[in-house]
Amino acid sequence: MMKKLLLTLLLMSTFLMSGCDMFAEEEDEGADVLYVYSWGDYLSEDVIKQFEEETGIKVVLDEYDTNESMYPRIAEGAEAYDVLCPSDYMINKLIHNDLLQPLDFAQLPNARANIDQDFFDQSRAFDKEGKYTVPYCWGTVGIMYNTKLVNEPVDSWKILWDEKYKDNILMQDSARDAIMVPLRILGYSMNTTNEDELKAARDMLIQQKPLVQAYGVDDIRDKLSSGEAALGVIFSGEAINLMKSNPDLRFQPAPKEGTNVWIDGWVIPKNARHVENAHKFIDFMCRPDIAAANFEELGYSTPNTAVRELVEEDLGEYVDTAFPPETVYKGQESYSYLGEALDKLYTKLWLQVKVN
Amino acid sequence: MNERLSSQRFLALPFGLWAVLFIVLPLFFVLWNGLKDVDGGFTLVHLQTVLQWEYLKALGLSVELALISTFICLVLAYPLCLILRERKESRGLLVFLLFLLPLWMNSLLTTMAWQTILEKHGLINMFLQLLGLPEVHIINTPLAIIIGMVYNFLPYMVLPLYVAINRIDNSIIEAARDLGANPYQTFRRVLLPLSMPGIVSGSTMVFIPALTTFVISALLGGNKVLLVGNIIEQEFTAAYDWQLGSALSMVLMVFIILNILLEAFTDNGETARQTKKGRA
Repeated sequence: MMKKLLLTLLLMSTFLMSGCDMFAEEEDEGADVLYVYSWGDYLSEDVIKQFEEETGIKVVLDEYDTNESMYPRIAEGAEAYDVLCPSDYMINKLIHNDLLQPLDFAQLPNARANIDQDFFDQSRAFDKEGKYTVPYCWGTVGIMYNTKLVNEPVDSWKILWDEKYKDNILMQDSARDAIMVPLRILGYSMNTTNEDELKAARDMLIQQKPLVQAYGVDDIRDKLSSGEAALGVIFSGEAINLMKSNPDLRFQPAPKEGTNVWIDGWVIPKNARHVENAHKFIDFMCRPDIAAANFEELGYSTPNTAVRELVEEDLGEYVDTAFPPETVYKGQESYSYLGEALDKLYTKLWLQVKVN
Repeated sequence: MNERLSSQRFLALPFGLWAVLFIVLPLFFVLWNGLKDVDGGFTLVHLQTVLQWEYLKALGLSVELALISTFICLVLAYPLCLILRERKESRGLLVFLLFLLPLWMNSLLTTMAWQTILEKHGLINMFLQLLGLPEVHIINTPLAIIIGMVYNFLPYMVLPLYVAINRIDNSIIEAARDLGANPYQTFRRVLLPLSMPGIVSGSTMVFIPALTTFVISALLGGNKVLLVGNIIEQEFTAAYDWQLGSALSMVLMVFIILNILLEAFTDNGETARQTKKGRA
């Protein structure tokens, strides 16, 4: 109730402020609009322009910077978006709470033709029936290391517990990515719901803390690039740009204990108002030339099999990082949504590591 | 009389509207979130959660670092204001402006600058290395956070303190000297009591932002040193637990209200004393 009231107040103030613009936007409510809600900097602007020119559909793009900030806007139904691009476990949560509608794959010929079946299979971890998701970008969580400071092969997460590298290690500052690492060292699933296993992982992180220089998200990139740290846990999508910025850096995409394969995918919310346009948009994104244009601008690995030959030449030595061999992702786990109680447990265990 | 009242009311309208929209409503939103359960009923469960050791530890550390920073700001600012009081000509003003300089720059920028100064391969360590001295380890420790807080919040101490100390009438100090007080006694019995309102409001203005900051601790503490502000930020963004975040904010508000009450009391005492003096 109260939430509605607050929302109304908020909306009223927006109306007051927007004034005459309101009427201009009214016109857009026709058939030829598409409301896209995606990660920031996750779509090439040229690609969107091309879509608008080819289809005559006007794209209204809103952006978010975390899955968590996207979720409430969809759950509250405050705005009716037509296409979203959340990550695996968040797609799982949206399905779980009945907020998505199944895709009509008959309208998605490019997706069927070009998206690697492996990634549709991998998506089953969070989209059990394979009805809701078209994979857009993917990657792993790996170790970036500086060869000037690390003179040994890096193939195991255990190197992050090596006293030699005290104060030279950067870890991810997010509950699931941080806890995933010790879970894999201990041989447990990264989707475990067993409290004892989670506590064992927490204890390992507490034990590691004196060796850690900092926990971070985006700043890990800068610190590795400037040589401030020797080892850092990062997402594979950052790897190419980092290695270009500092030639001493190397990337291990999949330590031998196993790592997380993440997938961001296109989905259509249940309350979408332009479902047909949404399908057109998703299919457009799967077209080889478009996927290649997006890839060249973003650098994230694409599950689109037709892209590799289009961009291979430009990539040179980085081609294996951009298109990792099957061995990197086959058999790896992806995050699934564990429910609210476990979400809270993860948050709390991570907090216990950080206040320790 | 009535007409004046109504025009006063009219003039107060913009601020009244502002206060309701941006002060009262958000506060209400925080209270409401912190005290409701899943079904919208009243509950103290979130406040109880806050009493667990993880949160209390972060709260304790926040209070400790904020107190230390406030004390350092006071020790830095007080002598400065005494000196500035002596020389009221333009050079004093220049020094005064220099101390306020951090306010002119974006605090995020200055904090990031401190990051590059304190880093392992930062300016300080580069300098030490040049001299052949061992490196110091400051970044990502509580000390780095204190440095950041003092740098960012010092102007808030200098401003009220300068005003309070500048207001003290010279003749009072001269009278103290004439009556045989030595410099220490003059300071202890005359200057200090008379500047107390400045000390208290300066301390409040440093203590509160230091207590609630999350940017400084995130940037200079490498997220290894967790303050209450960081937990609140995490609860609202990453964990999507607005109830717990609100409950934590409520606990912080208690500290802030205590602080403001303290300020109000010393201020009131001071004005009361002054009016009494005036009447006598």
